[in-house]
Amino acid sequence: MKKLINDPADVVVEALRGMAAAHPDRLRVDLEHKVVYRKDPIRQGKVGLISGGGSGHEPMHGGLVGLGMLDAACAGEVFTSPVPDQMMAATKEVDGGAGVLHIVKNYTGDVMNFEMAAEMAAAEAGTEVQSVVVDDDVAVQDSLYTAGRRGVGTTVLLEKIVGAAAEEGRSLAECAELAHKVNGNGRSMGMALTSCTVPAAGKPTFDLAEDEMEVGIGIHGEPGRQRLPLAPAKDVAAMLVEPILADLDFTGDAGAIVMMNGMGGTPLIELYLMYAEVAAILEKSGVTVARCLVGNYITSLEMAGCSVTVLKADDDLVGLWDAPVNTPGLRWGV
Amino acid sequence: MANLQAFTSWIADYAATVTEQADYLTDLDRAIGDADHGSNMRRGMTRAAELAGAEEFTGIDTYLKKVGMILVSNVGGASGPLYGTFFLRMAGAFAEVEDAGVEEVGKGLRAGVEGILARGKAEVGDKTMYDAWAPALEAFDTAAGSGSDLAGALAAAAEAAAKGRDETEGLVARKGRASYLGERSRGHIDPGATSSTLLLESAARTLA
Repeated sequence: MKKLINDPADVVVEALRGMAAAHPDRLRVDLEHKVVYRKDPIRQGKVGLISGGGSGHEPMHGGLVGLGMLDAACAGEVFTSPVPDQMMAATKEVDGGAGVLHIVKNYTGDVMNFEMAAEMAAAEAGTEVQSVVVDDDVAVQDSLYTAGRRGVGTTVLLEKIVGAAAEEGRSLAECAELAHKVNGNGRSMGMALTSCTVPAAGKPTFDLAEDEMEVGIGIHGEPGRQRLPLAPAKDVAAMLVEPILADLDFTGDAGAIVMMNGMGGTPLIELYLMYAEVAAILEKSGVTVARCLVGNYITSLEMAGCSVTVLKADDDLVGLWDAPVNTPGLRWGV
Repeated sequence: MANLQAFTSWIADYAATVTEQADYLTDLDRAIGDADHGSNMRRGMTRAAELAGAEEFTGIDTYLKKVGMILVSNVGGASGPLYGTFFLRMAGAFAEVEDAGVEEVGKGLRAGVEGILARGKAEVGDKTMYDAWAPALEAFDTAAGSGSDLAGALAAAAEAAAKGRDETEGLVARKGRASYLGERSRGHIDPGATSSTLLLESAARTLA
């Protein structure tokens, strides 16, 4: 294992310490609970937005805390859900009297830990909590008899859009409804060129030969559904976009918000090259790109590879997308 | 009969076992999950084992409740809520019980496993820890019903759990992260069924 770390056991806390040092103007970090907060306390009457999950997906979620996005992000160990104590602490802290929305990615551990936290917060503090579980990964089929689709790229778009809605004063019920709508309209698919190494494990999660790729991966270094010979970018783009388009009709006047996401170890030159291929397929399929985002937003440590997210938009979603945001990971309009 | 001291020995023994087996559990998880089961269990159980030396406990129930809370707070993933809920629910079966015999331990295990089911909503054959627990409970009750003492019933339960664990190898996962692999999850032993079997084997060594 070749990583810029000290002790594998301290990676998460030491990285959080770095976030606090890098962004003192925007963030404050509770190192004991491993929660990243906005620097200023929540505005009374604003819905509090909390997300969280295993670490290793940076900038999500800690780097998406700030004006127009999250109020708090709970950091678990690498690829491991945070624990209820963290979500409890964050829920109490960002309750500005209008309730708190938990944004949860659909993984068994995340769902269970957030559920326990919501039960405990209701019993202890009386905070009104609603949850949205994001499950947008079209690589997972047969969700009736399994843990269901995984929560991946749509989470980033959802945190931006619902963050803007909370900022403009929408109620908890309205924010929750909007969150469900974004989840229902978003689809993602990812692939890997290399595996990644969890610091505590010390070796790669899976092995991929020089001429192989893994299609349909999630964001935890877990193998995907299919291992295939490496193919040219335009074929890879088709393998990612076609299942997305087959799952939902994205043609419509307002078009779509598209994210070309890197898994952590892929250079931007390749992501832009891939975006050109993706945009061409979308155009040929009659899908207008209203807005797009190219870069590393929901990553899997040092994995090389990418994912595509397509979100069916309308005027409300595009308006909220364009609203000001000021976080370490996303910043415009301010 | 098992008293509070026996239960603290159980937790200490299990902590030592998952520490020793951490790499193996993580290897199993690497094949069909996300390569963290061993390190997570080691972290949580090490904290739980430190409890007995750090605090005075008056009963088996208060002790197991604290163990459960420590696991919920320190393990993370799905294992934290599942093992945490197991001990929290099990604790409830030992109110006012100072020396637990075969009947009380049987009730405790059943309450704990019902907690796992309520939290995880798994069924037999889903390739989860429940595939070890379901046959273990049945074997425990059968042994207890035919007159076995606590040692005999726990030994039978541990043996049945190991068999259930081995049978997960042939199953396709329908719950948890392994379910994303579909058919490719077949041919691997489930890590949760493995750590659950270790917990019962540890109980057989220490509780009776």
